[in-house]
Amino acid sequence: MILLLISLLCILPFINLLAVSFSSSSAVSAGSVTFWPVEFTTKAYEFALSGGSFFSSLWVAIQRTVLGTFVNLVLIVLTAYPLSKSKQKLMGRNIYMGFFIVTMLFSGGLIPTYLVVVKMGLIDSIWSLILPGALPVFSMIILMNFIRGLPEEIEESAIIDGAGPVQVLLRILLPLLKPALATVGLFSIVGHWNSWFDGIIYMNNPANYPLQSYLQTLLQSFEQIMLKSGSDYTQLLSMMNARTGRAAQMFLGAIPILLVYPFLQKYFTKGLVLGSVKG
Amino acid sequence: MLRKWKQQSPYHLMLIPSLVLVFIFSYIPFYGLIIAFQKYNPGLGFNSPWVGWDNFSHVFSQPNFVRTIWNTLYMSVFKIIGGIIVPVIFALLLNEVLNSGVKRTFQTLVYIPNFLSWVIMAGIMLDILSSDGIINTFLGVFGIAPISFLGTPSIFPWTMIVSDIWKGFGFGTVVYLAALTSIDPGLYEAAVIDGAKRWKQTIYITLPLLMPTIVLMTVLSLGNVLNAGFDQIYNLYSPVVYQTGDIIDTYVYRLGIQQAQYSIGTAVGLFKSIISSVLVAVSYFLAYRVAGYRIF
Repeated sequence: MILLLISLLCILPFINLLAVSFSSSSAVSAGSVTFWPVEFTTKAYEFALSGGSFFSSLWVAIQRTVLGTFVNLVLIVLTAYPLSKSKQKLMGRNIYMGFFIVTMLFSGGLIPTYLVVVKMGLIDSIWSLILPGALPVFSMIILMNFIRGLPEEIEESAIIDGAGPVQVLLRILLPLLKPALATVGLFSIVGHWNSWFDGIIYMNNPANYPLQSYLQTLLQSFEQIMLKSGSDYTQLLSMMNARTGRAAQMFLGAIPILLVYPFLQKYFTKGLVLGSVKG
Repeated sequence: MLRKWKQQSPYHLMLIPSLVLVFIFSYIPFYGLIIAFQKYNPGLGFNSPWVGWDNFSHVFSQPNFVRTIWNTLYMSVFKIIGGIIVPVIFALLLNEVLNSGVKRTFQTLVYIPNFLSWVIMAGIMLDILSSDGIINTFLGVFGIAPISFLGTPSIFPWTMIVSDIWKGFGFGTVVYLAALTSIDPGLYEAAVIDGAKRWKQTIYITLPLLMPTIVLMTVLSLGNVLNAGFDQIYNLYSPVVYQTGDIIDTYVYRLGIQQAQYSIGTAVGLFKSIISSVLVAVSYFLAYRVAGYRIF
């Protein structure tokens, strides 16, 4: 019973949001909407989907997620495979390892990183959202440990048959790595899809905002109206109308993750156990 | 030696792209940290005049700054405590449910909020916490006047703490459930023979066996004690609650990027980064000593 209650607590807010997004704005401002739409209307969605910023930022987000995840996966594999070798088989392995681990412990911080991105001329380019995090070190370590767990004989026999490291990687290891790649790939997909802060600071032109950054600006303008609204009643009213529209766009922003979620969960649980319990 | 190099060179070549990118975007910013000791002027760049520790002493003497550190610690400590207790209790309760279908459904439901960004969660929270939102409507039924959860300085930190635990506890639940499934059922059978009821079994078998995981998760979260949740707070706070809601990260952002005080912002960031990296290193060391956990 308590369990059911707690579980519902996690899902009811979404249902409320959905109900708000399908209700008329007058019903919402009257506070009569709970978990079922009042005066059902799809106006908010028509507004959101009528083009403009929502669509363009959705497109940026899709590009970013696809491209970013691809770059992540390529670099994860290219880094994890050599590093899975022993010190003897890869000269300087521990130096390389230290080089990457340091970045997990210590970072230059917001402003110096920002200055580097500016210097590289990446402002307003989608690469500013992809390159600074091109190698997710934690995912790389997960994959490295996974490769180490594979029987060494597979690789040895391929080498005896005359395969070089690149062939071993492409023909032998990649197929075996699929489940691990799915895990870290999903970390990347969710990470890229949900990032908003880099979009805000690295994009000068709001037309380049990925979806979450755009949604964030919606929140911000909403808050500003809310703060000022104490004295201004007409603004309060316009805010109320904005509320259904915002709910609709928030929900649309959440849909992709909610759709792939049942598929995601299996891999995430795996990755979680891989990453945090056993190590 | 040469032969060895010839054999190994493909591995080294594979590492080049990562080495270059990590060098540019993680190591060059280390060099940028020198502006914490300069009076940064965008025109002069890194040739700006040196000021020694002035930026640091300036920041440390601000009453705002002490308050910010206090807020950071206050919120993150309670988030860590709640983030351990709630999932442990939930996992224990869920473990008592025998029907595996029901179990999986609950597990799925509580795990969902983990996947949504704080932007979307903030959108939801602004909606349900507003004066005519669903929570205040519900409280109104009991005759409680609307509460401004996000606009009252004394309540704001707790809104952050509770909502953070709410969003994140599904993650911990999955970890603890995984640990629970590895407990040997024979132990329970033995306990039943000795006459132990479910409550006793939980106290004397489940909890002690869960302890290593609990300790591990706690130790690992200690490294994050200075990260009180930028994404969450930045999206939900407003000047009204700066005095109790401002954390180091939001402070750096406002100072550094919005007010363009690059040097001061970098100094605060450096201060936090040094303490954080020590904490993370210590927590990984402890995790290894206490629970045998190694990341590589």
